[in-house]
Amino acid sequence: MDLNYSAEELAFRDEARAWLAKNLPRELKQKVENYEHLSKEDLLRWHRILADKGWVAPAWPKEWGGTGWNVVQRYIFEEELGYSGGPPLIPFGLTMCAAVLLQFGTDAQKKKYLPRIYRGEDFWCQGYSEPGSGSDLASLKTKAVRQGDHYVVNGQKIWTTLAHYADWIFCLVRTDSGEKRQDGISFLLIDMKTPGITIRPLILMDGAHEVNEVFFDDVKVPVENRVHDEGKGWTVAKYLLGYERMNTGRIGGSKRELEKVKEFSKGVADPRFRDRLSRLEVELMALEITNLRFLDRMRRTGQPPGADVSMLKIKGTEIQQGLTELAFDAMDPTASDEFSVALRKRYLSMRKTTIYAGSNEIQRNIISKMTLGL
Amino acid sequence: MNFDYNEEQQLLADSLRRYLQAQYSFEQRKKVLDGSPEIWGKFAEMGLMALPLSPDHGGFGGGAVDLMAIMEAFGEALVVEPYLATLMASRLVARAGSAEQKGALLPAVAEGRMKLAFAHTERGARYDLAAVKCSAKKSGDHWVIDGEKKAVPVGDRLVVSARTSKGVALFLTDDVKGPTRRALDGFIERDIVFSGTKAEALEGGLAEIEETVDFATALICAEAVGAMKFSCDTTLEYLKTRKQFGVPIGTFQALQHRVVDLYIATEQARSMACLACSKIDSSETSKERARAISAAKIKIADASRHVSQEAVQLHGGMGMSEELKISHSFRRLTVLARQFGDADHHLARFASV
Repeated sequence: MDLNYSAEELAFRDEARAWLAKNLPRELKQKVENYEHLSKEDLLRWHRILADKGWVAPAWPKEWGGTGWNVVQRYIFEEELGYSGGPPLIPFGLTMCAAVLLQFGTDAQKKKYLPRIYRGEDFWCQGYSEPGSGSDLASLKTKAVRQGDHYVVNGQKIWTTLAHYADWIFCLVRTDSGEKRQDGISFLLIDMKTPGITIRPLILMDGAHEVNEVFFDDVKVPVENRVHDEGKGWTVAKYLLGYERMNTGRIGGSKRELEKVKEFSKGVADPRFRDRLSRLEVELMALEITNLRFLDRMRRTGQPPGADVSMLKIKGTEIQQGLTELAFDAMDPTASDEFSVALRKRYLSMRKTTIYAGSNEIQRNIISKMTLGL
Repeated sequence: MNFDYNEEQQLLADSLRRYLQAQYSFEQRKKVLDGSPEIWGKFAEMGLMALPLSPDHGGFGGGAVDLMAIMEAFGEALVVEPYLATLMASRLVARAGSAEQKGALLPAVAEGRMKLAFAHTERGARYDLAAVKCSAKKSGDHWVIDGEKKAVPVGDRLVVSARTSKGVALFLTDDVKGPTRRALDGFIERDIVFSGTKAEALEGGLAEIEETVDFATALICAEAVGAMKFSCDTTLEYLKTRKQFGVPIGTFQALQHRVVDLYIATEQARSMACLACSKIDSSETSKERARAISAAKIKIADASRHVSQEAVQLHGGMGMSEELKISHSFRRLTVLARQFGDADHHLARFASV
């Protein structure tokens, strides 16, 4: 047993850390540090800097621009990316749509979409949830009816993150309402400029416009925009669920937040506060090692991560929320400067983390069923 | 980076588990609680006592990571032999003893012919390692010790901490016989009154005590992980077999989520046990070591409490029964959560280093 990275891995980490520190524009870093709003241009600027370096999509196959790094190197890099304090890389194109195309897409689809995703030329969003279909995703009702060489889509998606920035949306739609509801689902790529698409902002409790409702009213989508066979959308969705869950713990980002809270709370002398902070730090230390243990298992067995990695999402989001809450509590209650206002809003905003990307209750269902056999 | 046990560690753990399954089942353990010298002999035969000792004294020179899998297996089987007590006292002898003292004691420990115990804790000291009131005075060519030690494990020879004019120091004495009792978890302990007891000095004090207690803390972290694993597995099995309202109670989501949380707590605890043992072997400073050990003990204490309490609750009335092993793992985890410092103690220490 050896908990330490090898000398090569440490050198790799140092190189990544140094490069990220040098190339992350100061304005972007400050915006992230101060919890300011990030514009589409802010997000894409960092994306393109990484793309120019060849580091924006490490997990992709080399022929499409991947780095060829192994799972540990990829994890180290993702953690450094989080630790650097740069804007987040939006996963809908880079991680999710790309994974689906690489696994199920035709050559033509890969050639059409992947290079544009890589360079940040297309901004993607994800059309999964519907007003009546949250955790029970397979009950979705947005309908796609085949008419010649295209589908006509009608229905509504909700909680669509950054749809107002997006050029494209990948959607789960119902192409058949037969006996087994999972069998009637297909996976479509839809151009957001297509007539019949309406976006309505949903303002969350922190006042931010991040998510939307997206309405489809007789939207014509070419059949060639379907990924995998008709009726195989659920297979695609399930594949995506199990894909690339290595950094769901967001450990790099939480380490940075922890350092900030420590610095920020130096004036708080209450040992009860200190103990809450220590307990969170211990949870984060444990999560980092747990994550490394999963990684080590993947590297040894060559197998994709099991359902038990859901615990990384559960603990990781609990830690993120806990850190934000501690920062809130460390703040002068009467402070009204810009940073304090942003920090209070961040506390509100971070409540989403245990709800999105499969609520933590759904993650517990997954472990219960898949790992424990209940 | 590598989280596997090496082949030797794995083989030893496997053969120990096989032995414990055959000879230390829950039923057999009840008899063991009345005392069994064969078990100690078998442990020695497997090399468990020799493992952490130096090859100069018939040992294998193993570290805390080498002992991890053993402690985990002990935790699963709820072994109540004074193994850790002997490990702690022999570590103090190895670090603070003269060549002569080491030669006289350690080979006998390695061969299973001698048990050692560390007599340290005093009334009211709680977890403060420096709270030593027992005194040692020079008397001719030897020392004499006066004072009282609490909850001392059994041992043929004792390592005793006592205060001299220069601070806390370590001594060796013969065993002081007296009445024993079973602690909450079944371990044998006794209170010892030293009254002009003849002793020989070791070359060490508080720094050695702190190091050895950190070492022991790392090992009980691994032991607690074993006891937690047993608790989780048994509770899961119970949820799958116990039927109410015509269905296994494991079909109820309210219970499913709770048992998932027990598994997560156990995995997080295991990660910290790995950290603790590896830092015992590799820390460059006592500060680095103390920080990792206290962090680990905070998590282990919290997780032990969570897992043991929930395991009893999810077993319903059966969880309260003396007849089920789960009530005994509850006792053990309750003690382990506090041994060498509870979460509050280690939270204060974690923040201070």
